[in-house]
Amino acid sequence: MSKHHVTTTINKEPVEFLCETQETLLDVLRNTLNLTGSKEGCASGDCGACTVIVDGKMVCSCLMLAVEAEGCTVTTVEGIADGDKLHPVQQKFLEHAALQCGFCTPGFIVATKALLDENPNPTEEEARYWLAGNLCRCTGYDKIIRAVMDAAAEMRGEAKAA
Amino acid sequence: MPSLNYAAPTSVAEAVALLAGAPGRARPLSGGTDLLVQLRSGRMKPELIVDTKHIPGMIGISGDAATGFTIGAATSGAMMEAHAALKAAWPGVVEAMDLIGSEQIQGRATLAGNLCNASPAADSVPAMVAAGAKAIVVGPAGERVVAVETIPTGPGRTSLAAGEFIRAITLPPHAARSGDAYLRFIPRTEMDIAVVGCGVHVTLDANGVCTAARVVLGAVAPTVLLVDAAAAALVGHTLDDATLAALDAAARAACKPITDKRGTIEYRIKVAGVMARRTAAIAFARAQGRAVKGH
Repeated sequence: MSKHHVTTTINKEPVEFLCETQETLLDVLRNTLNLTGSKEGCASGDCGACTVIVDGKMVCSCLMLAVEAEGCTVTTVEGIADGDKLHPVQQKFLEHAALQCGFCTPGFIVATKALLDENPNPTEEEARYWLAGNLCRCTGYDKIIRAVMDAAAEMRGEAKAA
Repeated sequence: MPSLNYAAPTSVAEAVALLAGAPGRARPLSGGTDLLVQLRSGRMKPELIVDTKHIPGMIGISGDAATGFTIGAATSGAMMEAHAALKAAWPGVVEAMDLIGSEQIQGRATLAGNLCNASPAADSVPAMVAAGAKAIVVGPAGERVVAVETIPTGPGRTSLAAGEFIRAITLPPHAARSGDAYLRFIPRTEMDIAVVGCGVHVTLDANGVCTAARVVLGAVAPTVLLVDAAAAALVGHTLDDATLAALDAAARAACKPITDKRGTIEYRIKVAGVMARRTAAIAFARAQGRAVKGH
């Protein structure tokens, strides 16, 4: 079968690509479009390193065929910052040193943005449950949660938590 | 490498023709959260993927509590969670679906997919069976409506014939003084597979006496178990200590589990009784109009 021609919007830009049926959205993002921020950790939907937002819902891009993205709007970690200005979630991950090796970080950034878009004032418990599908083997999660809660406070325009 | 084809039909008839045209070699795709893992592992080697999401009605929730809900087979868990009326009428079904995987998985995973993946530990299935859910199956012979418990026939196996797929899941009209619940036991708080799952649906009379019940266990047999003896232990009673003890015993007696890394046979049987008690307590409370936290 010839390749599929797919028309999408990725990070606010119209993007067209060709793919084979068995290629996942993650395969195409990384290998065809050179958007290598999204990572392949487990390739089975357990680790969340490949998290992207498709039509407003976050999904594992390793569990979606690229051909399914026809007509969809996709946001990857590369689309989170506003040009050179980091998104508050990215800024707070830096400030709190909420990463070590960094492999899981793009997934956490996208998942946190999705959380705060849906719930600007999560409890710590809500944030921990929301991020249960993102695995980090370095930080022990505490710094990540601090960064998430601080980013949420900043985005609500509140003073920095003590 | 044999090439894998993809089709995105826009009608049921077209999808059925595609699936029936490649019997055993075509797979329907909705959320894909099981299918893509199986494709990658090589457990599934189809020649054709039929994406059902472009068929009208496959995505979305219609109806209401009084007349019953129809949930398109490609409707995600996230969409169910966001549907206030569905959640109010069938909290057990919505909570069971919500337990499956992470938020990322919820963005794509579906009730019908969980049913057709036919895992004995599928979280949404005991809740659906307890609720009396039905599957609208479409195929070369037309449409048929079956109780959801007739779909899985064993681990990874279903009763769907070649060319058939599920178009929608329906929930019956919500009776007055009725309530449902689903609980599962896992060794941690999130992101694991049930050691035991339990779904309960009860209807009570004005005095709080149970007039109808369905008690369903998951992960303790090759398919979920609709335990009539456990339901019989509830009917005619309020949820007093003697009733709970009878329910516990009936649930344990029905179990036919295996020993695996999540639990031994003895452990699963013991936990099944405990889960039946706890789940029934939530279902009774909801039937009495109390908003009770489930999972």
